[in-house]
Amino acid sequence: MSDQTPSRVPALSRGVRMREDKARGGWVLLAPERVFKLDDIGRAVLEYTDGVRSEAEIIDLLAARYSADRAQIASDVAQFFDGLSQRRVLEFH
Amino acid sequence: MAMQTDAQRAFAEAGNPVPIGMLCELTHRCPLQCPYCSNPIELERKNEELDTSVWTRVLHEAAELGVLQVHLSGGEPAARRDLEQIVAACYDAGLYSNLITAGVNISRERLAALVDAGLDHVQLSFQGATEATTALVSHMPSAHSRKLAFAHEVAQFGLPLTLNAVIHRANIEQIDDFIELAITLGARRIEIAHAQYYGWALANRAALMPSREQTMRAVDKVERAREKYHGRLVIDSVVPDYHARYPKACMQGWGRQTLNVTPAGKVLPCHAAETIPGLEFWNVAEHSLVDIWKKSPAFTAYRGTSWMPERCHGCDRREIDWGGCRCQALALTGDAAETDPVCVHSPWHDEVKQIAEEESVHLIDMEQQAFRYRRPGG
Repeated sequence: MSDQTPSRVPALSRGVRMREDKARGGWVLLAPERVFKLDDIGRAVLEYTDGVRSEAEIIDLLAARYSADRAQIASDVAQFFDGLSQRRVLEFH
Repeated sequence: MAMQTDAQRAFAEAGNPVPIGMLCELTHRCPLQCPYCSNPIELERKNEELDTSVWTRVLHEAAELGVLQVHLSGGEPAARRDLEQIVAACYDAGLYSNLITAGVNISRERLAALVDAGLDHVQLSFQGATEATTALVSHMPSAHSRKLAFAHEVAQFGLPLTLNAVIHRANIEQIDDFIELAITLGARRIEIAHAQYYGWALANRAALMPSREQTMRAVDKVERAREKYHGRLVIDSVVPDYHARYPKACMQGWGRQTLNVTPAGKVLPCHAAETIPGLEFWNVAEHSLVDIWKKSPAFTAYRGTSWMPERCHGCDRREIDWGGCRCQALALTGDAAETDPVCVHSPWHDEVKQIAEEESVHLIDMEQQAFRYRRPGG
């Protein structure tokens, strides 16, 4: 990742949304003809992903919430966002 | 090695499944006449179609049952005047709505109304990557230009767009063109779906089947396009079955993830299930969706593993491909409870390979009479 990466602002693409999956338990991301099952971390990341916060701000919030190593979180979050972006369900503004 | 009749046992064997997706065939009416249509040869008539209130109830029952995504299909779903209300019912029930359309009869105003009703996604079919091929396959001369105009409108509304191309001999050389078309139209996703041979496609198999070389070339083109457009276009591909070594896990296993409601309200484990004789389908007019999912004879028949022939039941891939496709087993062996003959372990496997090779070398011209077009009354 380049140095500018944390300044990018991630947003779920139009037609993509997160919701609870009561029947199976847990949370899912609904996308065009795709359902992604989210783990707790994925859900937490997307809760902060509002199209306004930058990636750096999201990482700060997560680091505080989980009292975890910021560098580790930064790397996980970047990977998570990149993965969703490659699947065309998330965009960077 | 026959139909399962013990609903409880089958349900447990399949892992107490909760369906994720529901395909709603809102109508069998369609302005196109594609020769591989997935509708049954015996089309259901308009006067048999479920009304808005029943669809609304079924959608709410589906959400309750655990369905997350609803695919509004047909025929052409926009042939129904109440499509907006049905989309709104999906939205109310919290369901993700996907409109599967030919895109030839939806005006800009109507699309705006569908967006307002909460439509999430559009899947648009293209029968060819060129005007001539689309006209030949759909049997509608103006189809291609209408589809292009519709795709632009979908983009203007900011709706996510998927292109769907059913691939067969008449368009298999256009793989790259379909993918370019998807890029040009701003689609996020394209489905390259090789024709599956049952129903109408089976009736037209000799005119549709590509050669093995064509198929391999097509698979290769898809792979290269995937690399080229990685991160820009998602390319999903339904592999050409007759040339494969193992069968597809049809529907991810019978009665495990999806259900399909016909225009008249019959609930099927897959859209081609009516080709199998002796299956008893329950109708949403008479049963709740949850009862149909858990107990109806058609869902029980090939659910789980104990219905399987020993060849499948004793195989390590038992819960990978779930015996493959029942409709294909029937179409090619005469017995729906047989191993899918695409499987290398099936005694019919060599025969299937031979059919694929023989039919693909028949000389066909691109004349219209090569196809038996889909229309009511067969």
